[in-house]
Amino acid sequence: MDKQIAGTTVQVNEEGYMTNFSEWNQQIGTELAKEANLDMTPRHWEVITYLQTEFKNDVPLSIRKIGKSGVVDIKEFYALFPIAPLKTASKIAGIPKPASCI
Amino acid sequence: MSEFNGEIRKMMIILSKATLDNVYAAFVLANGARMEGIEAEMFFTFFGLEAIHKEKLEHLHIATVGNPAMHMPTLLGGLPGMEAFATSMMKKEMEKLDMPDVHEFLDIMKASGVKLWACKLAMEMFHYKKEDMYEDIDGVITVGDFYKQGSGLGTHMLFI
Repeated sequence: MDKQIAGTTVQVNEEGYMTNFSEWNQQIGTELAKEANLDMTPRHWEVITYLQTEFKNDVPLSIRKIGKSGVVDIKEFYALFPIAPLKTASKIAGIPKPASCI
Repeated sequence: MSEFNGEIRKMMIILSKATLDNVYAAFVLANGARMEGIEAEMFFTFFGLEAIHKEKLEHLHIATVGNPAMHMPTLLGGLPGMEAFATSMMKKEMEKLDMPDVHEFLDIMKASGVKLWACKLAMEMFHYKKEDMYEDIDGVITVGDFYKQGSGLGTHMLFI
């Protein structure tokens, strides 16, 4: 479905995850973060960039992988994105909802 | 279904067994709750204490006897080495799924904000001391304390 955000139209699924990553830009990410009541900092963006890189390399995301990423540890990941961090960060990053249980 | 439209706010998970399959089920449920933005606390009681006992947590097994899902004759399941064999098979499969071992899983849960409580009564029964346990447990508490931890709307309790 269409979603109006940051002065443009993007495709999202019924849960609000963007379905076409090429439509993503940082302004859209900032607006998506506001919808999750988050103010983005440079540290947030470092994590988002890491998630996007993993997505582009077809690596499935999990909390365990985040902890081993060398980019952020699990404790800080929860501090940056306190509620459902992997899902919330994926939504802001414009990538699909993670399917991992761990 | 009126409180928060039935939404789950907190999971209180009681682990009373130390077979690897039960331990992993409890850990996945607790960690999975945090991943969804749900609070989670665990209460380790009776044999469940082995999952947070420093020296025992690395040596948990799955049960090959009395476990019909193993599809193995009871006599065969009771042979020496059978549990170790079945356990190593299961651990190999779990590694393929990127499942952490028990100690790393405890680290992940702590970093994710899961509270880990040891049952006082069971600790006394097994003569365990707090220093025998995983270093980051939140404390040794009574069942009453655990219920108090679970107070509030949207709390669910699970016994494994």
